[in-house]
Amino acid sequence: MTRRLMEGSEAIAEAALAAGCRFFAGYPMTPFTELLEHFARRLPETGGVCINAESELEAIGMAWGALASGARAATGSTGQGLALMQESLSEITRAELPLVVFHMARGQADYYQATRGGGHGDYRHLVYAPVDVAEAVALTQLAFDRADRWRNPVAIYGDYLLAHVAESVAVERLDFGPLPAKDWAADGTLGGSGRSRNVNSLGMRNGVKGIEPESFWKRLQAKHDEMARLEARSDAEATDGAELLVVAFGTLARFARFAVRELRRSGARVGLFRPITLWPFPADALRAAAASARRVAVLEMNAGQMIDDVRLALLGAAPVVPIGGISSDAAGFGIGPLLDAERVRGRIEDALAGREVAG
Amino acid sequence: MKAHKVGLEKPALQLGVDHDLCPGCGEPLALRMLLEAIEEVGCAQRAICVVGIGCYTALTPLMDVDRIQALHGRAPSVATGAKRMRPDALLFTLQGDGDMVSEGLQEVIHAAARGESITCVLLNNGVFGETGGHMTATTVLGQRTKNSLEGRDAAYHGHPILIGDLLAQLDGTAYAARASVHDAAGVARARRMLRRAFESQLRGDGFSFVEILTMCPTGWFIGTQQGPEYLDRVLGSVHVTGELKRDGRYVSTAALRSRAARAASRSAGRGA
Amino acid sequence: MSGAARESRGTVTIATGRCKGCELCIPACPPRVLHMSVGRNALGVRYPELLPGCTGCGACLLVCPDFCFEVYRYPADAAAEAAP
Repeated sequence: MTRRLMEGSEAIAEAALAAGCRFFAGYPMTPFTELLEHFARRLPETGGVCINAESELEAIGMAWGALASGARAATGSTGQGLALMQESLSEITRAELPLVVFHMARGQADYYQATRGGGHGDYRHLVYAPVDVAEAVALTQLAFDRADRWRNPVAIYGDYLLAHVAESVAVERLDFGPLPAKDWAADGTLGGSGRSRNVNSLGMRNGVKGIEPESFWKRLQAKHDEMARLEARSDAEATDGAELLVVAFGTLARFARFAVRELRRSGARVGLFRPITLWPFPADALRAAAASARRVAVLEMNAGQMIDDVRLALLGAAPVVPIGGISSDAAGFGIGPLLDAERVRGRIEDALAGREVAG
Repeated sequence: MKAHKVGLEKPALQLGVDHDLCPGCGEPLALRMLLEAIEEVGCAQRAICVVGIGCYTALTPLMDVDRIQALHGRAPSVATGAKRMRPDALLFTLQGDGDMVSEGLQEVIHAAARGESITCVLLNNGVFGETGGHMTATTVLGQRTKNSLEGRDAAYHGHPILIGDLLAQLDGTAYAARASVHDAAGVARARRMLRRAFESQLRGDGFSFVEILTMCPTGWFIGTQQGPEYLDRVLGSVHVTGELKRDGRYVSTAALRSRAARAASRSAGRGA
Repeated sequence: MSGAARESRGTVTIATGRCKGCELCIPACPPRVLHMSVGRNALGVRYPELLPGCTGCGACLLVCPDFCFEVYRYPADAAAEAAP
């Protein structure tokens, strides 16, 4: 595919198609809507199906059915719509289905929702937070692979800026290696064999009365622990000898990167750490990046959510200060005044000088 | 002298007979008919059942067909996704009245409106059985449940929903019918209706729906022996059995009730 | 009904040990040849027993929630007293 100018929503949809996504269902809601529009236009062209569901609950339900029958499928929404889907997100995880979720947030205040989950019980999702459209294209394809490899949902944490910024990208199909066949899928073919499938979240088994949730849930926990060990990703620059380490994720990190580079050119010893996986939070890498820091400044557009994970990772190794805050536009879509290189640079300078940061 | 077996203990697609559903429960009767209907239309190796949550969920380990367990009320959307990816499969849901008509009312109506090629099967006993016998959207006026102890009262609790009528009036619905397992003839009729619904799906006619009224003596606070009569008299007088939609024609529950009343008075008039 | 022994055109086997005693089969049987036992099974309930006159219609099988029945028919030109 040749390189061309595409808004993030279109590029993400194309990346999903390149990964073999055959089913998508969604409900229109800003800033997720364009993603649904692109899937609606393109999936039928590739032999897949896109349904404009009548509610978010039905959208994730339809994706559930597509997944359970063995297809690569996805859904998504923004935070409010994801809130409606929480029971299904938990149960789909417990049924070990490879759902990809496009969480197109209205800013960064859905960090808790994405990483802690609003559903019931012990469950975890892999969460990728792309910094720009090109990374979103790569992470979307990685998401489909990891979802199948772990039989677990994987979320892409995007936002309004990512959805609507147009960048020059080429969507090349990435190959992550072979995956096992989906013989667990309920495709209808094993009826009458005694080995028919029951894709369920309770550990129900053919011919057996009752369920054993404790052992089932413990097995899931072991899987999530292994995912946590193996799947953390992050990016860092100029952390060696940095006095101040700035931590930021997603599209806001792009502004932080710009400001940090400017400040370094004028001699400031400031580095940047960018979690790419919000879960598992790259705690080990952060500790290493903060080794020389005398202060860690967390830049996020919310009341303080990722800062909890930063503090947990560092456990007092360095003081942690928030330099972001709630910031939004007049419609509440998260395009706030803080998405501004000058303003971000000012916040970082305040942190460097030990000044109190205006929230 | 050799007798030949005419009735098997269980259908070929059933993995065993041991279950913990209550004595006198009507749901296992519906299960037998469902599994036999799948075989009648020759679809054992392409059937996918999407299961809701209720007492019947405990029967699903006995079903030897590929199954997907859904959440309470949410089987129709799951069935939609599976059918769109597996259009050659025989796709049906298995749901209770609390599941389909209370929690999941929106899901089944939208699936029918879209004309999804799935068959939604409703096991209707007028109560949430699994939680202990509580009022649902199909509980009839006067019916006592744990949260309508004096009997369902229209002014306080509202009226029951006749989901079959709502679905039958949608253009996307090709077949809709209601059976009752209060006697052997009713049980056999349920299988016929299931077969017709499956045939309709396989022809590509659109959405199909079969409601099967079942006994729940535990949820009705009565002895098992009174179950069939209670089902026929109390639920069956409101949720009247018959075919509501066939060949594009909708026959309302009210019309079915009038028909049944005329038939009863004719046979009474002929004298017994 | 004649007072003589009724002819059985069929018979059933009943898994009496699994019966939960719901008694749905009793009124479902058209010739009324099922009646509940005096004794009780290991579950502590009475269970159906077959009298002569079974027609092998299978109604009991259709209404039993616990899959306790198997139904047999004798060839049409022979008749026998019911045998369990």
